[in-house]
Amino acid sequence: MNTKFRLLPDSASNFAGDVDKLTLFLTVVSVIITLVVCGLIAFFAIKYRRRHVDDMPPREEPGRWTEILWSAVLFVLLMVMFFWGAEIYMRMKRPAPNATEINVTAKRWMWKIQHPSGQREINELHIPVGQPVKLTMISEDVIHSFSVPAFRIKQDVIPGSYSTQWFTPTKVGEYHLFCQEYCGTLHSDMIGRVVVMEEKDYQAWLAGVSVNVTPVEEGAKLFATYGCLTCHGQNAPSLAGLFGRQQKLDDGSTVLADEEYLRESIINPAAKVVAGYGRLMPSFRAQLSDEQVSALVSYIKTLGAAKSDEPGQANSAAPATQPVNGVPPNSVPNLPPAAQPPGVWPQPSGEN
Amino acid sequence: MSSIPYIPAIEVPLPADNYLTAGNSLKSWLLTKDHKRIAILYLIGITFFFFIGGIAATVIRIELLTPKRDFVSAEAYNRMFTIHGVVMVFLYLIPSIPATMGNFLVPLMIGARDLAFPRMNLASWYLFIGGGIFTTLAIILGGVDTGWTFYTPYSSVYSQTNVVLTVIGIFIAGFSSIFTGLNFIVTMHTMRCPGMWWSRMPLFCWSIYATSVIMLLATPVLAMTAVLLLIERAFNVPIFDPARGGDPVLFQHLFWFYSHPAVYIMVLPGMGVISELVACFARKRIYGYGLVAASSIAIAAISFLVWGHHMFVSGMSTYGGLIFSFLSFFVAVPSAIKVVNWIATLHKGSIVFTTPMLYAIAFIGLFVIGGLTGLFLATLATDVHLTDTYFIVAHFHYIMVGGTVTAFMGGIHFWFPKMFGRRYPEWAGRIAAGFIFFGFNLTFFPQFLLGYLGMPRRYAGYPEEFQVLNILSTAGASILAIGYLMPLVYLLWSMKYGKPAGPNPWLAMGMEWTVSSPPPAHNFHKVPVCREEAYAYFDMTPQGGNGPILKKLPGPGQKLERTEWSGT
Amino acid sequence: MVIPMSEVHTAVDKDTFPASQFEDAEQQYVTATLGMWSFLITEIMFIGAVFAAFFVYRFRWHEAFVHGAEELKWMLGTINTVVLLTSSYTMVLAVHAARHGAQKALVRWLVLTFILGCAFVAIKGTEYHIEYKEHLVPGLNYTEISHTGEVRPVQMKLFMGFYFAMTAVHALHMLVGLAVLGALIVFAKRGSFTAAYNNPIDMFGLYWHFVDLVWVFLFPTLYLLRH
Repeated sequence: MNTKFRLLPDSASNFAGDVDKLTLFLTVVSVIITLVVCGLIAFFAIKYRRRHVDDMPPREEPGRWTEILWSAVLFVLLMVMFFWGAEIYMRMKRPAPNATEINVTAKRWMWKIQHPSGQREINELHIPVGQPVKLTMISEDVIHSFSVPAFRIKQDVIPGSYSTQWFTPTKVGEYHLFCQEYCGTLHSDMIGRVVVMEEKDYQAWLAGVSVNVTPVEEGAKLFATYGCLTCHGQNAPSLAGLFGRQQKLDDGSTVLADEEYLRESIINPAAKVVAGYGRLMPSFRAQLSDEQVSALVSYIKTLGAAKSDEPGQANSAAPATQPVNGVPPNSVPNLPPAAQPPGVWPQPSGEN
Repeated sequence: MSSIPYIPAIEVPLPADNYLTAGNSLKSWLLTKDHKRIAILYLIGITFFFFIGGIAATVIRIELLTPKRDFVSAEAYNRMFTIHGVVMVFLYLIPSIPATMGNFLVPLMIGARDLAFPRMNLASWYLFIGGGIFTTLAIILGGVDTGWTFYTPYSSVYSQTNVVLTVIGIFIAGFSSIFTGLNFIVTMHTMRCPGMWWSRMPLFCWSIYATSVIMLLATPVLAMTAVLLLIERAFNVPIFDPARGGDPVLFQHLFWFYSHPAVYIMVLPGMGVISELVACFARKRIYGYGLVAASSIAIAAISFLVWGHHMFVSGMSTYGGLIFSFLSFFVAVPSAIKVVNWIATLHKGSIVFTTPMLYAIAFIGLFVIGGLTGLFLATLATDVHLTDTYFIVAHFHYIMVGGTVTAFMGGIHFWFPKMFGRRYPEWAGRIAAGFIFFGFNLTFFPQFLLGYLGMPRRYAGYPEEFQVLNILSTAGASILAIGYLMPLVYLLWSMKYGKPAGPNPWLAMGMEWTVSSPPPAHNFHKVPVCREEAYAYFDMTPQGGNGPILKKLPGPGQKLERTEWSGT
Repeated sequence: MVIPMSEVHTAVDKDTFPASQFEDAEQQYVTATLGMWSFLITEIMFIGAVFAAFFVYRFRWHEAFVHGAEELKWMLGTINTVVLLTSSYTMVLAVHAARHGAQKALVRWLVLTFILGCAFVAIKGTEYHIEYKEHLVPGLNYTEISHTGEVRPVQMKLFMGFYFAMTAVHALHMLVGLAVLGALIVFAKRGSFTAAYNNPIDMFGLYWHFVDLVWVFLFPTLYLLRH
């Protein structure tokens, strides 16, 4: 990390150049306007300074057309700013399809990061240059904000729901990672670094970090432990090919089955119920941690593989019945807390 | 000073009968219903809180001299910036110009004997002090560390500090603000003197009117938000706690629904002050008076539609972001109208650089910079990079300090002779204005650069490469502090020892200048009648145009007579 | 309503009316009315904020909120609605009496309004008491399992929080109203209000109707939205 004094930040992502160009435009416009305003004030102040105590200027009525004209010019300039900024913003909101998916969990006062291949790191993010990255982020406590100034990106990380952020790093180096939303006592210690590496260095780094289990494997394990298949595919909708399609709900509306929808359906199943099914599923709010939910979501996203039947059909083939990691789904002890009678809410733990 | 072509050399004794002499006991002050005395009470209150907030700012700037956290602990630092924010916003900026100058001047400017509801006016001061006491108590009992924005769930669940006391303080102070606004609106509707049509009201009154509308409509939303926050903290109802069904982002919507318009509560009255100053010291009617008045109302109206631009990275929907960004650009138009028309007023004017005028010119420059940097934050892509960095800090200080505080200083220097009947030493005023302008820019301009580099706000420590700019900023803050302390000294001195000012030391138009300085307890001895439009400087002599007004200047013991007014 | 001439008061206290900042009685009346309306607009924004928040959550936690509404005592709520609407009617009669300077009628209607207001508060208190016994009060004794052994949805606590917040804010307005009403009764008995000067009665009428109106919105929102 370059710790020497400087006036401009590194520019190290696919967005950085665009944002810098827009900033340059805004700065040029601002400087011109400021100079004109200050210049006019100074000019008038000198030229029209009061020389005698009885100087009395004549009456002056405004020219309507000049007012309209300059307002129109200003308005055009403003709209250029708006559309230019909106265009980049929309690109920031649409992740590249081939992005590497990385889970981020924020917690006072650290960033916990898990790579798709299972490597975990804290307050550090190692990524290969040139490869798009999509972060799926959630907070375990208060609101944080994931910000990498060198990438010109920032996204609040909220407890209770996912937010996402994507970018393509374009320059090898180490960059600051800041928490930009005040989160309590050690807010200013919730910092880290993003290390952008050449592909081969990245592979070497990956190899050097010991992996216990990938998120998908962990999710599969949880999927089995909690007996999700007891219902899903039987008297609850199949999860095969669910991710990314439009899901019909019982109130007639449709919803895009994205990460947030999957998460909500685990935490609060009654919120959006698939058309044709009752409110049978209990909430797993109390049983699963945020990281476990993320793992489950990662796993459910992979179930698209068994997508041979038409989407939306209710009783499609149940996927992933093979034992995962040597744990057959139905041989887990303490089987399912999910096996409660329909319509009954699970026992919440630890409050009131 | 006699050679300076703007201060008429007049020797007039203070009037024996004025609002200051109408009773000397403490009771006569604390139970007064006179809007002018209540204005003075407010002035004392906000000055006190300004310096409390200033002390907190000093600690912040000292801590930020070095990258490491070494002057105070992280806990203390977080409390300091919270105190600074809460005190400055709720106890200084929001009441500053409306409750002091607005209270003092609105009835005088529109020819009324008092505000519509004098008792409520006094009650609002007590509410303000009550809110201040709760907040001060919260500080004494260990402070509060949530930031002035009180974002949930940190403030509602996690913070271990005196959130409840502080929020109660803000709640109470909020009602003070509502009552003040209500009083102004009603007063301007029903208490204008004969001939004082809406189209003749000084622009200061127009801006106070627009401000009052915001106070009336936005403050109750903050009050209810505070109630919900208190319910969550006190009764454990998970209103904003996502773990049990609440939505933390809803708090941000409610909070900014008030707090964005609140920015205009702070700056609109400042714009009104500047209109008065520019007109007086350029001796011209404000160019495009109607448009400037309308722009105040337009700003107030648009301010209710743009709160979401504080939340572009909060997880709000993409389309929400687009709409709020689009709407935010519309605020720029009425703001620009004001600036352009002030400059156009200077054109062919008769300009003098008195202390108030120096502040007015400083205001225009700083407000332009503050406004233009606002465009960076209304633009979506740049806001993503800049929000919650020091760029934001610099931007809103340019508006709130460079704008509001500068206007406050300008207004106080302009109406000080009216309020206290005496003049301050002009040279001292100019030096202080210079210190403030230079110190302010040195403090906050480097913060734009820090922001673009990515330095997050509310950080007690920071990476080393940011140090140079932070040192500049702290150096500027020291100069700024001197600049703010100087007026405190010479204005207090002038209250007792300043030269008597006479009713109209600046040769200004406006009804407040037709009464003695200080004004009589009941403002006008008989009902005044307004016979001309605002800022009729072109009418100042019978000849109109370039008549020698020196001949009309008052001799010793006389006051400036103008036939247009039948007041006093 | 017929006002007997013998009851008509016309005397005006010259010292206090119109107040010193006003030119005449009409200006004072217009000012007071505008002030009261402005205050009520503020109140609408105040109450409006909590309604907005309530509906955000009602859409999100539909089921839990319906569950919560079913726990409320709609019968008591209905009675209270009737009581409050009646009190608005008696208040209208009081304003009418005041405008005609009918002092006895004024006192009579004010007292009746006061009694109805107290009845509302008493019934509301009873309701709160029942809810307390059913462990529905967050912060005091809310439990996740009802007295009948049914498990309550997690977000029902949110509903009950809103219910108590909204009705308590309303009840607080009722109590403030009753205190002012009590004072007005005392003044009315002393003969402070006349056909020429009855602004306080008029203004209080506006306030009372507003508080009534808030309840008219609260009642269906909280009690009756059960689907």
